[in-house]
Amino acid sequence: MTGNNGFAIRALDVSRHYQMGESLVRAVDGVSLEIRAGEFAALLGSSGSGKSTLLNLMAGLDRVTSGSMFAHEKNLAEMTPDQLANHRSHTVGMVFQAFNLLPRMTLEENVELPLRLAEVDRKERTERVRTALERVHLGARLTHRPTEMSGGEQQRAALARALVNRPTILLADEPTGNLDSATGDEIMLLLREINESMGMTIIMVTHERPRAERFASRLLEMKDGKLISNGDRA
Amino acid sequence: MKISDLTELAARNLREALLRNSLTTLGIAVGVASLVAMLSLGVGLQELANKRLSNSGLFDAVFVSSRMNDGFGRPPRRAAGSGDESKPLNEDARQQILKVPNVSEVYSEIRFNTEILYDGNPYMTMVAGIPDSARNGGAFDGMRGSFFSSPTADEAILQIEFAKQLSDKPDSLIGKEITLRYAERQALPAENAANARPGADSAKGSSDPQLSSGFSVIPREEKLRIVGIVETEPAAGFGAFGRGRVLIPQQPAEKLSAAQSNDLRDILRGRSGERTYGSLTARVKKPADVKAAEDAIKAMGFSTFSLLDATKNLRLVFAVFDVLLGVFGSLALIVASLGIINTLVMAILERRREIGVLKALGASDGDVQSLFFAEAGVMGLFGGIFGVFIGWLISRGMTLGTNIYLHRQDLPDIQISSVPWWMVAGAIAFSIAVSLAAGLYPASRASRLNPVEALRYE
Repeated sequence: MTGNNGFAIRALDVSRHYQMGESLVRAVDGVSLEIRAGEFAALLGSSGSGKSTLLNLMAGLDRVTSGSMFAHEKNLAEMTPDQLANHRSHTVGMVFQAFNLLPRMTLEENVELPLRLAEVDRKERTERVRTALERVHLGARLTHRPTEMSGGEQQRAALARALVNRPTILLADEPTGNLDSATGDEIMLLLREINESMGMTIIMVTHERPRAERFASRLLEMKDGKLISNGDRA
Repeated sequence: MKISDLTELAARNLREALLRNSLTTLGIAVGVASLVAMLSLGVGLQELANKRLSNSGLFDAVFVSSRMNDGFGRPPRRAAGSGDESKPLNEDARQQILKVPNVSEVYSEIRFNTEILYDGNPYMTMVAGIPDSARNGGAFDGMRGSFFSSPTADEAILQIEFAKQLSDKPDSLIGKEITLRYAERQALPAENAANARPGADSAKGSSDPQLSSGFSVIPREEKLRIVGIVETEPAAGFGAFGRGRVLIPQQPAEKLSAAQSNDLRDILRGRSGERTYGSLTARVKKPADVKAAEDAIKAMGFSTFSLLDATKNLRLVFAVFDVLLGVFGSLALIVASLGIINTLVMAILERRREIGVLKALGASDGDVQSLFFAEAGVMGLFGGIFGVFIGWLISRGMTLGTNIYLHRQDLPDIQISSVPWWMVAGAIAFSIAVSLAAGLYPASRASRLNPVEALRYE
């Protein structure tokens, strides 16, 4: 789970540049970092600093322009599209600010979706979905649709969906961005509980420094596409 | 993703935009219905023509004649390559032909002009022998009365026009008796025959049995019971003159030994001592066997004739007809396929974010492509099933409408359209194939979506 040298994620001089008309946008520019397995890292930065882009590169949703991005020492830059899909399916789980649950599906079906994509046997799926939803205290809401739930419940369901396929790395993009303060804290507590009880690596993008300081074990900060702080928790 | 999961997700996605997807599916159904209706007409007409032709008994038969009798006004041909004189079409020849593979029956054509007595009045007409195998050929389906009760029964079936000559109410003739007056051919003793031949050398005549005998003609009468009335004689007109208007079973017809038109020719050729047939009909097990049987019989030194080429041409005409109908029928399906493309492209725009989520959760480009493919396929499947049903209804309607018109014209019912099982399966498969082809572009477009951009889409 932890790779050969204990790094869950290792970025070597990673850049992601976009061509926008005639100008070149350096969303991520020469970032190098290492995140050990089991760490709860918060990636801080203002809007447009490149933290979400870096998270997408770690997730294999996007490809580096230059440099290397390793997940458990496997270079995502060298992977085929199908290998990247497999990485997203089995190695990482993702949580988004907007929850991104599919509104026409019930909670159970939403959480089951990654298992369908991973071609997990139908009998096993039911058990795993129940376990995942019970972990986030939504075991009684299996047949509810996302529109019938609060923001906090939706984010917990999204968390269950991210965890159901037993990934080793959880990538959370502003998981509390759409939630009120109390509900946000609930989600953060849940993330910390998952990190501590399961030993899961969590990399969370946020612009809320105080919350990050309270819950994360390490803070990294980006500005204008560059990593300006790679330090341990303050 | 597993096919079962793909199908389930596709069906769920289609249910979400129910009205739009139903209308698209209805468009496909209309296209399939048009195709099925057109093809059912082509196939129905082909079946109708085949049935009529098959009932005529012409397409599983080889008509055999001696090369000595070949044609009218043409010189007799010799057997190909043999240099021998052409063979007579006698009982030996008949037995030989019966041994040809797939030949199920060989019978002589018995057809002679004679007089019928009914109700004290004489009527000149043509009598023809009918083999018992004609009973199951379908040619006598729909006749009034019944077929001969046995192959040896002294019974007759009248052709309708002749029956009308006998009575104003043809149906009332069934069960009545008619008397057949005919000329029986009776072989003469050898010396009589020799004397009968002017200038014949009696010594030579005694040494050649073919030239030694003649025959006399003796008037006879035979009573027959009318059992049925038929529109027309099936398989009539080959190897003889005119259609039979009084049909009798083949076996009694042969026993009558009635003098026929070729008997005089045999006398002139000095073959009167040996009974020969004007022509023989060799019936094969199925039309496909005709060619081989015909070749085998020709190799024996006889002339043959079959309608094999005619059936080939008929099949060709109908094949072209079916293709044309299929092309016109498919036009509506092609228009419907544009509807599928439109629906799926709209779905991609609406579900852009969902595609991003699927990719973030581990869906490969192939999974996304397959999902849209499956949605197109499901629309094609339901459109195909519904379309076949509508097409079948149209086909039934065409037959019904035609028969109403035929009834008004006092004509019998016909089945002008047909929806066989292969057409049902083919139309559904074609519908799915067209739908999948229409889904190619949208599916490919969906699979190529950048997941990061798709997730940002509001």
